[in-house]
Amino acid sequence: MDVQMWTYTIVGITFLIYIAIAVWAKAGSTKEFYVAGGGVPPVLNGMATAADWMSAASFISMAGLISFMGYDGSVYLMGWTGGYVLLALLLAPYLRKFGKFTVPDFVGDRYYSNAARTVAIICAIFVSFTYVAGQMRGVGVVFSRFLEVDINTGIIIGMCIVFFYAVLGGMKGITYTQVAQFCVLIFAYLVPAIFLSIQIANNPIPQIGFGGAGADGIPLLEKLDMLHKDLGFAAYTSGSKPMIDVFAITFALMVGTAGLPHVIVRFFTVPKVRDARISAGWALIFIALLYTTAPAIATFARLNLIDTVSNKSYEELPNWFKKWENTGLLAWMDKNGDGLIQYTGKNIGGGDAFEGSKPAFTKETGAHGEPLLSNKPNDNSNELYIDKDIMVLANPEIGGLPDWVIALVAAGGLAAALSTAAGLLLVISTSIAHDLVKKQLNPNISEKSELLFARVAVAVAIVIAGYFGINPPGFVAEVVAFAFGLAAASFFPVIILGIFSKRMNKEGAIAGMLVGLIFTAAYIVNFKFLNPGMNKPEFWFMGVSPEGIGTIGMLINFAVSYVVSRFTPAPPQEIQDLVDSLRYPKGAGEAVEH
Amino acid sequence: MEKGKLQEYWKINLGYLIGLLVVWFVVSYGFGILFVNQLNAIQLGGFKLGFWFAQQGSIYVFVILIFVYVALMNKLDKKFDVRED
Repeated sequence: MDVQMWTYTIVGITFLIYIAIAVWAKAGSTKEFYVAGGGVPPVLNGMATAADWMSAASFISMAGLISFMGYDGSVYLMGWTGGYVLLALLLAPYLRKFGKFTVPDFVGDRYYSNAARTVAIICAIFVSFTYVAGQMRGVGVVFSRFLEVDINTGIIIGMCIVFFYAVLGGMKGITYTQVAQFCVLIFAYLVPAIFLSIQIANNPIPQIGFGGAGADGIPLLEKLDMLHKDLGFAAYTSGSKPMIDVFAITFALMVGTAGLPHVIVRFFTVPKVRDARISAGWALIFIALLYTTAPAIATFARLNLIDTVSNKSYEELPNWFKKWENTGLLAWMDKNGDGLIQYTGKNIGGGDAFEGSKPAFTKETGAHGEPLLSNKPNDNSNELYIDKDIMVLANPEIGGLPDWVIALVAAGGLAAALSTAAGLLLVISTSIAHDLVKKQLNPNISEKSELLFARVAVAVAIVIAGYFGINPPGFVAEVVAFAFGLAAASFFPVIILGIFSKRMNKEGAIAGMLVGLIFTAAYIVNFKFLNPGMNKPEFWFMGVSPEGIGTIGMLINFAVSYVVSRFTPAPPQEIQDLVDSLRYPKGAGEAVEH
Repeated sequence: MEKGKLQEYWKINLGYLIGLLVVWFVVSYGFGILFVNQLNAIQLGGFKLGFWFAQQGSIYVFVILIFVYVALMNKLDKKFDVRED
């Protein structure tokens, strides 16, 4: 069988499994639809949470990002795992005890205010849509690269699959599908990593292997530092971002993670408060499997890449280079006409090889058989363009691994994108059917009509998400900072204060959320959209980039909430009793219909 | 549960939280970011120690922290008789 056949077979089998699970786990009540009946065992919930959390970006792009950023890439590793400690210790058990369905439920009830609930709904929908558009795009990209169908066709196939199991099964269907998807994606991620680790470091455990030495006896990371220095890049193990910014970005990603509605809702699906605590632990173990492997892949891939291309003649490059050139993820422009590939960084006069963010091929070939580009060359010595995604996608080929491993990576990428998309779509549908319709517009709606509403809302959300996937707004990458910044500056403080401060009242919470949100949004819009030319450290507030500004927004939210609440009346007695009851597990009951 | 007991339970819980979050902060922000250069002077196998904490060690400690908290709280729940059946 060739790669193509393998890919169709493996992807086909995984899709059949997802659909079979959906049929088996059909949701019969709103409780099953929103929180899987509240009866998911913690280990499975941990797996589902991990699949929900690890998106197409984690699977496809993260190792590549780290590969290019070196130490600076640690912000993603720590930022996207450390939030689970906050979840397990500060949020999950108390929200589980609260026992409703959604984050806006908590905000609305705890702050006895429909205005607060509405702000929370808007944030939840905005954050989730931002995210889901990127997932749909990821589905399309994987389809087009591995199955050689058009990106748009790929997105439509992905939409149909998600449609089927999300509309039918709700949270119950999604949760059990995600368990299967986790197994697929982690297997697909680890297999090539283990192969590479054996090849390069002679150690089957990648986490240890990348601290080992290659055949020449020099530790891999030391070798990489030397190569980086010679080629004019910042040293791999020390990076180039200012320390305050690394700090702020890591912090914003951590509290953002803990404030994302599609993550929080996972802890409503377990039977007991103590299950909520431990299922955050299981989730982090499963996430850590991928997140501790990613930096190893980053190191192996970076070494492999530099080894293969730097100062080599184009004609002698291995086949995979030319294959991935066709996808536009690699490009070479022979600026000095010597037929060799110069790959250089800023420190010795390198930089971006040419103008424009993507290579534009002319369909003609140059003196050495390379596809020519119509981009205007930049005046520097670097001749190579590399997309970060290639580090994971082309890994099996670079390592010369068997065809079925390549097919596995395709199935893994799809599992990662589909599982995250489904989780997000459910948050959107719940926000509309439950928080908006049931809690605000029409409280007398019957369970049956609410369930129908929820299903229609998922369907509409899928269509909208698919539309954004096919016609991506040019700013998908930019809005990721938004999702985390807004979650950090709004949900995180408001929930923490709701649990840990009995004195916190609705005036304080609403004022804090609004000020935190407006500050963070204004900062990001200013630097990302209005004045992108000024997006440099010397203009940043205290040296914090838009990616890290959620940290400052969060601090402002805390401060404003505190001050305002001290000058306004304390919350009513029944709310203070509610807070008391959140603080110990007994009598949590199940997630209740209300 | 009576009020005094609840307050005592909550106080012990807060004590655990503070202790564990201090560790959480020290391994990631301390070892991985603020003191990364100093720690990088130390080698752990083929890793510089600060770099190792930033890309590996902190994540392992995060996992351990959650399970320690789970164990502590399960014990505390039993002691104060607030464990769910």
